[in-house]
Amino acid sequence: MPSPAPRLLVLHVPDWAVRAQAREHRVPDGAPVALIAAGRVVACTAAARAAGVRLDMRQREAQARCPGLRIEREDPAIAARSFEPVLAALEQALPGWHPLSPGTAAIRARGPARYYGGELAAARTVVGLAASHGASGARVGVAEGLFAAELAARAGEVSGDGARADVRIVPPGGTPAFLAPCPWHPSVMPSSRRCFRASASARSASSRGSPSQTSRRASARSGRVCTPWRVGAIRDRRPPHPPRDIDAIVDFEPAVERVDEVAFGVRAACDDFVRALLGERLVCTALRVELVGERGEVDERVWLHPRSFSAAEVVDRVRWQLQATEALRSPVVRVRVSPEAVDPVHVHESGLWGTGPDERVHSVLSRVQGMVGHRGVLTPQLAGGRRPADRQTLVPWGDRVDGAGSAANRTVRERTRPWPGALPDPPPATVYEMPRPLHVEDARGRPVTIDERGRVSAAPAVIVSQTGTRRDLTAWAGPWPLEERWWDPASARAVHRLQAVDASGCAWLLVRDAEGWWAEGRYD
Amino acid sequence: MRGPWSASVRRRIIERMFETARAEEIRQLQDRIRGMQRTRLADRTLPTSQALAGVLPGGALAAGGSYVVEGSTALALELLREPSRAGAWCAIVGVPDLGVEAAAAAGIDLERLVLVPHPAEQWFAVVSALVDAVAVVLVQPPVRARVGEAAASRLAARLRQREGVLVSTRSWPHAHARLAVTESDWAGIGAGFGHLAARQVTVASSSPAWQGRTRSRRLWLPDATGTVSPVVARSEEHVEGRLEEGALRALG
Repeated sequence: MPSPAPRLLVLHVPDWAVRAQAREHRVPDGAPVALIAAGRVVACTAAARAAGVRLDMRQREAQARCPGLRIEREDPAIAARSFEPVLAALEQALPGWHPLSPGTAAIRARGPARYYGGELAAARTVVGLAASHGASGARVGVAEGLFAAELAARAGEVSGDGARADVRIVPPGGTPAFLAPCPWHPSVMPSSRRCFRASASARSASSRGSPSQTSRRASARSGRVCTPWRVGAIRDRRPPHPPRDIDAIVDFEPAVERVDEVAFGVRAACDDFVRALLGERLVCTALRVELVGERGEVDERVWLHPRSFSAAEVVDRVRWQLQATEALRSPVVRVRVSPEAVDPVHVHESGLWGTGPDERVHSVLSRVQGMVGHRGVLTPQLAGGRRPADRQTLVPWGDRVDGAGSAANRTVRERTRPWPGALPDPPPATVYEMPRPLHVEDARGRPVTIDERGRVSAAPAVIVSQTGTRRDLTAWAGPWPLEERWWDPASARAVHRLQAVDASGCAWLLVRDAEGWWAEGRYD
Repeated sequence: MRGPWSASVRRRIIERMFETARAEEIRQLQDRIRGMQRTRLADRTLPTSQALAGVLPGGALAAGGSYVVEGSTALALELLREPSRAGAWCAIVGVPDLGVEAAAAAGIDLERLVLVPHPAEQWFAVVSALVDAVAVVLVQPPVRARVGEAAASRLAARLRQREGVLVSTRSWPHAHARLAVTESDWAGIGAGFGHLAARQVTVASSSPAWQGRTRSRRLWLPDATGTVSPVVARSEEHVEGRLEEGALRALG
């Protein structure tokens, strides 16, 4: 019975995400590395696996099993980005690849098989191509339908009957027979637990001798991989990545030192960049700017845009990055602007009468950002914490709130946690950006101190600011001790807090640490 | 016409009739002028906090108006609260030490709040730009900055056109009203016990519309539940009555 499902060739590079991230962070090959998301291991290298680290394991347990384990936060963007060159090389040899996930891609097997004279030869060529572009150890599976082909690629090593362990070719019409005895375990396709259930039903179907259609339908139902990739539909999809490179690259010869010179130099290239994207009917919503210095140092960051970048805004981002850079220590020789995320242009088209007042707000705020810099226009957010300054975060206008673009490893303080030790309401209306040093004196003019048992030496009566202004206190309360992060000497803080009201009726939040008294906030 | 009136009496009567007619005409013209002005200005207001209605001329924030709030960040935030709650964008310029949590507690929607903490010498340009898009701009001019009359009136024209409101924490030319906290009493805190819980303030307001007199109100800023409300007390009614009397006398 001829099977209607097309034969597909799937390339799978094991541990691609973790390998890409290890390379990005310059971890030597063979070192145990694990990627963590939400406190659990989502990927690890072979060395880590050999030491007993398993997927879905808690971070602590993984560290206990493998003390030298290097922990990295999972960043899917890195894996996706580093897979791009591999995909481009494959695309050049065999057009029509469909990336499934970073490290995995599929193509119809018929064309390559005819060109290279057989599926095995085509599969070996693909493995060789991937290896020559940094994706060594790739596996290839060929079978009917995406689900079976991906399983064949992932299980390539397990089966022993292929000519080579990294290629697994299921003979035409043999897909049900291949699926039936497969060693089903969630680790075969860890990304989708639903596959396990689907494959179980596929197995029972094939063991009952029903036609392969059942197993295909079961696989088509099975979760993430197959839902948008209905097996038959794969032929009709356009490759989603733009067919040509739209990066704007400007080389400066000789190297340029001044920010405005660089900005002027890249202006024309940025115009072309935005126009080229528009030619592909795309607009850029996230932008990667790479600055290369004369001594080879690279400064790189991603800029986000709430709508889409215009040419002038691209130039602004280059300028702001130059102004803020710390990595760059020599004149600039190269600027490279590449789109990090693109959207079809129609998504961002404004209506005939504009899209309301928010449009105006955005353009005005962008103009203000042009005057005072990217970090000069901020949107406030509430955060969790015990001190007033911890309970607020300021995000530059246009950046994502979670800070993924700028500070990936910033600790996130959740507001909803109880935060014992935080001061009761009302919150201070003024929270000093930099706490102001001051002196606190008792009625006889002696400095007030707090002993290790948390007692004040005398009732505070006067606060003297740095400029010498004296304010008499009419009421005070506290001190309330606060000891935070004592396990980490770098960020540990042990302070005493005091509320005080001066004679004018203004209330102060005073803090005493090892160095002295500070005003942290004012209830004015 | 009846009666043996002399010519002089008759003339006076006629003059009187003309006078009343003229006065009538003037009154009508004045009404028309006022009506025309009303459609242009004054009546357009922004949503205003009930607690502050008593200390603002016209009982509300006038669209295109500028206000000065001195010495209290909480009071300035209270002016921003109702416009923000009604869906307007607000901006705070030159206040690096703003307590964001206090702004949120005051009822300002942080989704539509923008901060420009360090505009440096560009502060006036930033304010002028923001006025185009943001309904309420709270600005703290630098300590030594002087706002020129011409610049201020240009900005005022723009504010009127956009129907925005400017709130400054330092003096500002031609402000509609100047608000200041003259008394402030904290509750819940004593000599070494308790904690800050609520406070009552006296807000004094002066406006050119009141010919130099000041009005004052006693407010909870905030009360124990964190809201801002007028203090209800018997003495206050008394004060209000006296003020009303004064205002009537001034008009009459």
